Amino acid sequence: MPLLWLRIATVFYGVGLLYSLLLLSRQGNILGKIVEPAVGLGLIFHFVSLVESTIQIGHLSWASIQYSESLLAFLAMVVFFIFFTAYRTVSPGVIIFPVVFVLTFASAIGQKPIALTSPFFRNGWIFVHVVLIFTGYAGLFLSFGASLLYLVEERALKSKRSNVLLGLLPPLQTIDEIGYRSLLFGFPFMTLGLVAGSVLAIEKYGPMFFYDPKILLSFMMWAVYMLLLYTRWSSGWRGRRAAFLATFAFVVALGAWAANYFSRTHRFIAS
Amino acid sequence: MNFIVIGVNHQTAPVEVREQFAIPEARLPDATKSLATYPGIEEGIIVSTCNRVELLARTVNGNADVRGFMHQFYGFDPAPYKRYLYEYRERDAVRHVFRVASSLDSMVVGEPQILGQVKEAYATARAVGAVSSHLDALMTRAFAVAKRVRSETAIATSAVSVASVAVDLAKKIFGNLQGKSVYLVGAGKMCELSARHLAAHGARQIYVANRTYERAVALARKFDGQAVPFEQLYDTVSNADIVISSTGAPHTLFNKEHGEKFLHRRKNRPMFFIDIAVPRDIDPEMNKLDGIFVYDIDDLQQVVASHIADRKTEADRAEAIVQLEVDKFQSRLQTLDVVPTIVSLQEHLETVRQAEIDRVRGRLGKMTPEQELAVEALTRGIINKIMHTPITTLKTAARESTEATTVIDLVRRLFGLRDASKGTAAPGVADDGKPGMRN
Repeated sequence: MPLLWLRIATVFYGVGLLYSLLLLSRQGNILGKIVEPAVGLGLIFHFVSLVESTIQIGHLSWASIQYSESLLAFLAMVVFFIFFTAYRTVSPGVIIFPVVFVLTFASAIGQKPIALTSPFFRNGWIFVHVVLIFTGYAGLFLSFGASLLYLVEERALKSKRSNVLLGLLPPLQTIDEIGYRSLLFGFPFMTLGLVAGSVLAIEKYGPMFFYDPKILLSFMMWAVYMLLLYTRWSSGWRGRRAAFLATFAFVVALGAWAANYFSRTHRFIAS
Repeated sequence: MNFIVIGVNHQTAPVEVREQFAIPEARLPDATKSLATYPGIEEGIIVSTCNRVELLARTVNGNADVRGFMHQFYGFDPAPYKRYLYEYRERDAVRHVFRVASSLDSMVVGEPQILGQVKEAYATARAVGAVSSHLDALMTRAFAVAKRVRSETAIATSAVSVASVAVDLAKKIFGNLQGKSVYLVGAGKMCELSARHLAAHGARQIYVANRTYERAVALARKFDGQAVPFEQLYDTVSNADIVISSTGAPHTLFNKEHGEKFLHRRKNRPMFFIDIAVPRDIDPEMNKLDGIFVYDIDDLQQVVASHIADRKTEADRAEAIVQLEVDKFQSRLQTLDVVPTIVSLQEHLETVRQAEIDRVRGRLGKMTPEQELAVEALTRGIINKIMHTPITTLKTAARESTEATTVIDLVRRLFGLRDASKGTAAPGVADDGKPGMRN
């Protein structure tokens, strides 16, 4: 059943994806009216799927790739909706929706999740670690989306030609605020998540855990994250420079994610 | 009619070219005066705004060398700019003047500023004695037409002025203008108008810098703003989110280096520069800096292109009104041409009649009152009978533009009528003996 709910959610997120693609191909705001309720429904089904699979397995099964992809997508959507309520704009969705769709899609086509038997994963700290980190990721994604939109809108304004996108996007300053605030929002989660993870890892592996590629990449991402915040705070970097940094952070985050496949300490499949 | 208009506007010429032809306010009276006194030209008006430079003249015989005047005045040959210049004569010139005054030729169709600008140009021309009869009639009519277009079509009600386009753009950048600050460089009308719009949308702090400090103070007072001495311009301008510049400076005031400094001081918070000056105050290179947006008067035009399409039907109605008015004006002007001829013809014949009666009276001796009346009636009757056809012909000819001058000229020659304007050309003399009598 959870897989079914997840697949339904994926279909709804598909509307979001379609919306983004149409908007980016300059076909205009065709799905503008239905995209918000559609992804909202997607979020509800997604939630149901997560709750059900948790109950079914009997515990929080963080460690399956499918499950964590699903959770990350869910948190990204939650953060998106928080900012949507504040700013009444779907625009960051242009970037967020495709990412969420890909994550849930990958999760939904997956085979039956491999349940992890290791008692280690039942630890409550793991729960805290994963949720914190993923919320941090979600903030970063949203900020990345916003900075790309900022670039697009800035370019449109500077080109001085009338542009379909220009009519649809919220004011530049709103996008800027969304980007900055989602960054601010995500940072404490990311930091605490890393701290929680480190505590866990030291407990289990000792100080040597740090040489793991995934851990290294994660800390690197955190450093870039902090750099983003710092440059913004100290000299108000935004626009092109901020977008480059955010893209870099996003790529590192992807790397950190992918590192699951070659990480020793952080392998999902129990060894 | 002998009207001629030569000019450049936002449609025919980019701002780089218009800059070449723009005439600063201070030089306008002299320029107008020298246009009106240029050989072959009777009257002249010059309209010079950021969007257009129009040289309007009435020539002696329809063929004055206005380009020659331009060459002399600007100090360069206008020939290389030929493709940017338009030229209208006679009816077309009248139509053009009506369209300009009615804001149909404006960058933002229906915007109200242009009428005021044309009125100012007219006042300048009057002050230096560059307009008298016909151009005066034309301008008065143009203002009436503008009023009619304004009241009979919706063109002005939905007008988007340059100022409100600037507001829209500012909103696109800053979102809410609540609490944003505006810096006016130059204390001109357009600056004031734009500032008024921005203030109406919530912009709070308003700074004004002007070369003449008193004018800055006067304008700042209107907005409860703050006047800044011009020397402090570069130190203070970065305090503002929106900068509107419209000075008469011949060179740019702000360049890319200034922009970099401003951004540094503002911690890269965006700035929006609106350059409504021609020649431009702001180096367009500044637009390349991250976080600085520079729109000059031509860019604003691109933004409003869509608005113009929306008002197409209203504009069409307005054009119809203009067309009607052109016809009316033409026939009025031509009747104006023929009236003095008829009057002087009648006067001439009356003199002849009186002279003849006096002469006959000497030979006939004293006449009874009845005889006096009979002679009076007889002579008057003969003259009226003879004159009936020529006068009707004159009036008809006046309405058919092609032969009016020929007929008037012929009548004057046949009866040996004196050209009233010659010798008695003092200003203020009744409108007789104006064109049509010249050749």
